[in-house]
Amino acid sequence: MSKPVDIIIIGGGHNGLACAAYLAKAGRKVLVLEAAAQAGGLAATREFAPGFSASVAHTLPQLGAKLVRELALEQHGFSLAATALPSVALSRDGAHISIAGGELSGASAADTAAYRDYLHLMQKFAKAINPFWHKRPPMVGSGGLQDLATLGQFGWKLRTLGKTDMREMMRMIALPAQDLMDEYFESPLLKAALSWDANVGSKLAPRSPNNAVLPLLYRMCGDLGDGLPLPRGGAGGLTEALAKAAQAQGAELRLNSPVARVTLDGARVSGVELESGELIGAGTVVSNADPKTSFFKLLGAQHLDIQFTHRINRLRSDGFVAKLHLALRELPDFTGLTRPVGRLLLTPSMQHIENAFDEAKYGGYARDLPMEVIIPSLLDDSLAPAGQHVLSAQVQYAPYAVNGGWEQHRDAFTDNALATLEQYAPGIRELVVGTELLTPADLEQQFRVTGGHWHHAEFALDNWWMNRPTYGASQYKTPVPGFYLCGAGAHPGGGLMGVAGSNAARAILEEN
Amino acid sequence: MPLTANLQPADAIAHVHNGALGSPFHARTSALNINQQWGIWNGYASAVYYADAHLEYFSTRNTCGVFDVSPMRKYRFSGSDSAAMLDRMVTRDVIAQPVDTVAYNVWCTDSGKVVDDGTLFRYADDEFMLCCADPCYDWFKLAAVGFEQIEITDISEDIAALALQGPTSCALLKAMGFSGIEQCKPFQIMRFAFGSDQVMISRTGYTGDLGYELWIAPADAELLWDKLFSTGQLYGIQPLGDESLDMARLEAGFLAPDVDFHGSLHTVELDHDQSPLELGLGWILNFKKAHFSGRAALLAQKESGNYRRLLKLDIEGNKPAENSILYADEKCAKEIGYVTSAMWSPVVKANIAYALVEAKYFEGPIWAEIYHQKEMRWYRKVARCTRVTKPFWSPDRARATPPADC
Repeated sequence: MSKPVDIIIIGGGHNGLACAAYLAKAGRKVLVLEAAAQAGGLAATREFAPGFSASVAHTLPQLGAKLVRELALEQHGFSLAATALPSVALSRDGAHISIAGGELSGASAADTAAYRDYLHLMQKFAKAINPFWHKRPPMVGSGGLQDLATLGQFGWKLRTLGKTDMREMMRMIALPAQDLMDEYFESPLLKAALSWDANVGSKLAPRSPNNAVLPLLYRMCGDLGDGLPLPRGGAGGLTEALAKAAQAQGAELRLNSPVARVTLDGARVSGVELESGELIGAGTVVSNADPKTSFFKLLGAQHLDIQFTHRINRLRSDGFVAKLHLALRELPDFTGLTRPVGRLLLTPSMQHIENAFDEAKYGGYARDLPMEVIIPSLLDDSLAPAGQHVLSAQVQYAPYAVNGGWEQHRDAFTDNALATLEQYAPGIRELVVGTELLTPADLEQQFRVTGGHWHHAEFALDNWWMNRPTYGASQYKTPVPGFYLCGAGAHPGGGLMGVAGSNAARAILEEN
Repeated sequence: MPLTANLQPADAIAHVHNGALGSPFHARTSALNINQQWGIWNGYASAVYYADAHLEYFSTRNTCGVFDVSPMRKYRFSGSDSAAMLDRMVTRDVIAQPVDTVAYNVWCTDSGKVVDDGTLFRYADDEFMLCCADPCYDWFKLAAVGFEQIEITDISEDIAALALQGPTSCALLKAMGFSGIEQCKPFQIMRFAFGSDQVMISRTGYTGDLGYELWIAPADAELLWDKLFSTGQLYGIQPLGDESLDMARLEAGFLAPDVDFHGSLHTVELDHDQSPLELGLGWILNFKKAHFSGRAALLAQKESGNYRRLLKLDIEGNKPAENSILYADEKCAKEIGYVTSAMWSPVVKANIAYALVEAKYFEGPIWAEIYHQKEMRWYRKVARCTRVTKPFWSPDRARATPPADC
């Protein structure tokens, strides 16, 4: 038995590190156990080809200045390579539409005007909902004052939108992306680009009901820049700063230390056992792992009630995004772009996205693969040798449960992605000197996240707020005393935000 | 002039199909069921009574009676995780349950409400049979989520079963050649060669008297029945229908599903389901063992003390308090609960009932508003009720090993 600590955090992803930093800051003796040789999880920057680095997550739309400030991340090396990447809806013929600074360029006059109205309304909604990403969700029926207050505030925030906007929000919150876009815009290219953030990372497409506005609002909750911030050094720039911040507060970070299971003393958590057999005692254990891993592998169903276990088991955790990293010996030439700065959306129409989704629903994948592409090395010289570049692409849809398993499809999928890129940047294939494709199966295997799902569990209305990951565990504490969640499977969800971690830390401190 | 009644044989009137299947004993039970009174239990024809419910009931108290329990649902749990999986599902300690014993169990929702009850047979470290009155396979599958090494099989059709209950039951089994059965303790299992294979006998039952349950392959079912009834003539054997069994179980303090409690998965209204504590089953809640589903909710309920109680009542007079509403006062101003089962108990000579009473009132005075009929005319009376803490009927012979006369 190793020396006991106050709090063990399983997993040194960005939320685990943020949670550790806040807990250590409050004077707790914290030990972070990371299975891999490097902290950061899906937000670690890793060399994928000699001299070329990338991180699975690549932008920071959700990160708040509060976390950066409170944990003094800039002192620990965090900085942005760009504060406001434009999003560019690429057209094969070069007639692109660019979205930046709240304005469109290259769109029709009608769409340009409509975008202002659309953005204005969405910003109002985002403002109303913003405080709640940072609060512990309420537990309905608890009768607790804090829970009632949160619910009351939520109702009040919606009400202060004004009668019309409140009713509009209620009407729009569960619309499919397609209905939302058709209501405002005329250009298929623009509609597809604006719908992208509503569905990316989930098993959803423009026609899927129940979930468009919420993820869009979630993507609007960050306040680091005027647009899409790009971290210097990849997302690893953020997680390395978080690790240093946590360590500066006195937290200990142990790498190469996979946890086999959480140990219990009676009904209460007593520590963890590492895969090496080492036992470490702690009265509080916090899991940064996804809910299925946390409850089934680390804890074990025998310690949980039956219906709770069932709800965890039913979480949708199949990833549908593959990550493609290309090492390019020189900058590719995208038709109609002088410099491919920004987030390039290779999504000609919502129909095109839907067609790709239809393939994936049945375990296949499309020939034409919708994707978002960033060449971060244009703005950040730390990622590739001078004059050479890294292309970082989120490619949809890559079903976790692909027919026959991913090994037999890896080359064909990569080839489809390259063929799609070729349509926009002819000759790009010739520039490729290194390739890494991370399918959901790879993400699961390399990062220990069930299904390779970005959000650990689908980010959707039914799985949101007081239902994230499910009632009974939505306030960071779980049915097992001393066992907490701090990962993307907890509120507010995935994305590089660190708030699941900081909210969990606050919940732990309030209770202990 | 001799009076003769030309009764039709039972078989001759068994011509109206009600859609029910026959159990493996149906050829025998049907021949004895002279009124062809059948209920349907899990899709099988189950005798309501064969000739006279009271006569059948008295066999469980004076001689012995046989009830066909084949329609019970039976599930096999096997695999190295089966003990852990069951231990987490039910409220008693399965890990500590010895091989070749039976334990009455309930299983609960997360909120600590009873899903169903049944008897758990342990055959080996990693093999069990769980018997319950209603199908429960979907719940068991749900309860197995997160356990890898487990197989759950519905074996209901593979096993025929009879309950042999009453004071002469042991002697009858001994006379049938099952020597050593007198050493079988309550909730123990023994096996004897019989027919093409064997019969498993457990000292279990639903009458509160000395009794056994006999488990056998369907192919040997009729042989077992014939042997029981041929040898059993001297032991006063009677077939039992559902009505007589219901009387016996009420005296014995056993709950009837969908009568005294309502499975939580089948209730719609809030609190129309019940917890084991409410049902007086606190004795099978083991808070010292490993976690079980509903534990936290039940512990909180136990500590609060604030829960309804299913009470055993001795009610003045002799009018059964069937369907009665209960009050805290004779004027029937304050309603505090209701009767779930009631009868005049022939063996205890008392007017008995189970009743679910609100938490605040179960220790105070209880009055039952009883409606009873005489020659089609209805009468109302308000009767004083007295709480009874022990089973109404619990003879020493039910527990003695060996039983008297064996």
